Parts: sequence; structure tokens; C-alpha cells
Amino acid sequence: MGKEMTKEQYSKMVEKASPNSPIVKNCIKAFIVGGIICTIGQIITNIAKFYGASIEEAGTYTSVILVVAASILTGLGLYSKLGKFAGAGSIVPITGFSNSVTSPAIEFKKEGMILGLGAKIFIVAGPVILYGVLTSVIVGIVYYILG
Amino acid sequence: MAKHIGKQSMRFEKNISIVSTASTVGTKEGEGPLREYFDVILQDNLLGQESWEKAESKIASDNLKLAINKANLSPQQIDYVVTGDLLNQCCGSTFGVRGLKIPFFGVFGACSTMGEAMSLCAILIDGGGAKNTVAGASSHFCSAEKQFRFPMDLGTQRTPTATWTVTGDGAAVITEGNDHPYITGITTGKIVDMGITDANNMGAAMAPAAADAIYQNLQDFNRKPDYYDYIVTGDLGYVGKELLLKLLKEKGYDISKNHMDCGIEIFDRDRQDTHSGGSGCACSAVTFAGMLYYKLRRRIINRILFVPTGALMSPTSVQQGESIAGIAHCVVIENQEVCQ
Repeated sequence: MGKEMTKEQYSKMVEKASPNSPIVKNCIKAFIVGGIICTIGQIITNIAKFYGASIEEAGTYTSVILVVAASILTGLGLYSKLGKFAGAGSIVPITGFSNSVTSPAIEFKKEGMILGLGAKIFIVAGPVILYGVLTSVIVGIVYYILG
Repeated sequence: MAKHIGKQSMRFEKNISIVSTASTVGTKEGEGPLREYFDVILQDNLLGQESWEKAESKIASDNLKLAINKANLSPQQIDYVVTGDLLNQCCGSTFGVRGLKIPFFGVFGACSTMGEAMSLCAILIDGGGAKNTVAGASSHFCSAEKQFRFPMDLGTQRTPTATWTVTGDGAAVITEGNDHPYITGITTGKIVDMGITDANNMGAAMAPAAADAIYQNLQDFNRKPDYYDYIVTGDLGYVGKELLLKLLKEKGYDISKNHMDCGIEIFDRDRQDTHSGGSGCACSAVTFAGMLYYKLRRRIINRILFVPTGALMSPTSVQQGESIAGIAHCVVIENQEVCQ
């Protein structure tokens, strides 16, 4: 029997034995699905503008429609299937944000409306909200000083 | 009385008989390669319950009763039930055993729980502290995902090294008696931690513990790997199996011919998209209670080293940057009786 293996040696062994995610394939799928979601968003915006909405209003309609649609798809168990296929393609758009709020709401509802759903609804999206707001504030201050 | 042999093993001197087993599995496992060996295949993974956790307890409860029933015993005749699961505070077992009114030892060994439970039952019987015992372990894909990873409906991708938690419960009624197969010895595993921090690569975290326990078993009992028809690990999966074989080879043992991993056996990875294989307490428990026990009873195989493997971690410890500690418990199961 040889000497005991070190953690570094084992780590190298594990790296060799562990298959990597198919990055190129995943990127292509993410690009296509993410692109389709954004195109749908653009179509909604264009339709809203066609019917006389301002650019700000059209943007708001688009966000609301996409968020509600993704939330419904999550409830029907379809968004998780899309996410499995598309990865970042369905996580990055606003629909992914909707999915990340709706899915804990469904999962933790069993622990009650307050301590379950209420406390855990932002378990996935929470960091995005916190650091998103924080970044906005910092950018706002910089913009104020420079502008 | 049991004899402590070698560094961390015990040899039993009574006939500790596994008189019956029962296995209940979820729908996905019921579509897998081992489906014909399971007693119950669920059509609905929620079992009409309100939550995944309640469903898991119901599976455990029903399956324990089934195992006791198959042994022609009643719950009143069982001296101890020793079970565990993956949920916080082992609540899957607690509420599964609640209605049975049997003295209860709840154990946590992560996915190695079935090995730990069977070891403790054998010790109880061999020491004269019990006649009839039940060992069991359960897990549920959805309750495990909820506790350890993400909500079920979150759209994410799994890595190729990730494993799929088996839904189900495996139980074995272990008594003193003259009906094969028998638990003839155990090797209790040490915690082995080689610094793996990726919770999506548990096979790699557990392989060193499995290698250590199997090596120690062979040393303590002074046996060669081919003494056993199969050396059966719990849920190392494809990645962990490769590492285990390499680690043991470096220690001078080649088990490539008779090694089997329950995580690899239970799913068809090409058809069922389970990546590195199955995992969870139920993975080794139902594979033993199903296929392995079937083959032992019919003497298709006669000696196995059953080695459920566990990744001892909590979501909190992983978030705090702790590595994933592995453990594995060896249970020697043979058709040859110990005493006449």
C-alpha cells in the first residue's frame, strides 16, 4: 500500500473523472431560447406602440405581460422544463426572474402564508433584488455627481 | 456475542437473519431497470398528501408495515425499528414511524443510513437486546430538492456530475433465526473528507470513504475482493465508481469485476436523464430490499458486501464553505449460516 493521497492529488483525480457541462451546446440553446423570449417582448412592445402607447408605457406592458406569462407557465410546471433545456436562456430574461419568485411561492406555501410563502418567496430572487437596488443607488449617485 | 475484529469490524456469532424486505418506489424508479424487483411502484409521488414531506413519511410508514407483514409478524412483535432519512431532524422517519408504536432509534447517515440501520439492528440482536428488528431508510426526490437545492419549479440545469435522489423506502426485517440470508459481520466507516466542496458531485465526495471502508473490511476479515459475489456501493454513481476503483487499485485491491453501484443500477441514464446516477437514502435501501434480496433468497448470489455511502453535509455547512464529509458502512450479507 502506497502513501496516503493528499487532497490536491485527489482533487486532480476528481477533475479528470468528472465530465464537464457541454458549454457550447448549452450556449447555443440559451442563445436561441433567450432570443425568442426577447423577440416576443419586442413584438409586444411594437403592438403596444402601434395602438398608441408611449415607449415607457409599451415597456411596462411588455414587462407585465412577460412576468405574468412566465408565472403561469411556472405554475403549470412548464417553465422548469424550458429552464432545463435553455439554462441561462430562460434565466436571464425577465421571465426567469418571474420564475424565480413564483417557484418558491409554490414550494413553500405548505409552510403557511406568512412563514412559508411570505418569508421564502424571495429565497432565489432576493440577492438579485438587494444587489440590483444597491447597484442602482451607486450608479445613481455617480450619475448625479458627474451629470 | 459479537467479536470485534481488526481495526473497525465486528463478526457476529448468532444467526442474524434477514427474514423479509419491502421496497416502495416512485414513478421514475418504477420505470427504471429494477422495476420488476420492487413491491410497490407509486403512481403519484405525492400519494394524495399535502406536501412532499408528508408523502415521504407515508411511503415510509406503509413500507415498514409491508415489510413486517411479509415477515408474518405484527408491529407488536417488533422490538426496535431503526430508520433514517435525509430531511431535517429526520422528520421523514419520525412521522413514518409515529403510528407504529414500536421503540424507535432514529439514525442519520445521509445516504449511508440503510447500512447504519442494518448494522445497529444486527448489533442489537447479537447482543441479546432484541429478537425482531426492522431497519429502513427513505428519501423523496422532491423533499430533498426542496431542502438541499431549489424549488421544484425553478428552471435550472443540472451538471453532468449531479445525481438524482431516489423516491422510495426500503426496509428489512432482521431477526434471530435460521432463514437465509444472514448478516455475518459489519465494518463501520470512518468519516473521510478529501476536501470536495461541490454539492453537485457527491460521488466524488463519497468515493474515498467507500474505498476506506471496503479496504478496512477486506483487511479486518482477511479476505480478498473475490470472496464476495458483489461489492455493492450505495450511490457513488458513474463518477464515484470510477474514483472508487482507482482508489482501491492504489491500495492494492482490484474490485472492478464484482463491483456494483446501486445508483448506477436503479436508473437508465440514457433513457431517464439521471446524469451520474441515483442517490439518496432510498437508493441503496430499495436496491437491497428489491433486487439484491431477491437474488440472495434464490441463491443466485450468496455473498455480498453491502456498502451504503453517505455525503454528510447540510445546506448550511456547504454555504459556510465546509467541505463534504463522506462515510460508508459495510454490511456483510451471506447465505451461509454462522452457527448450526
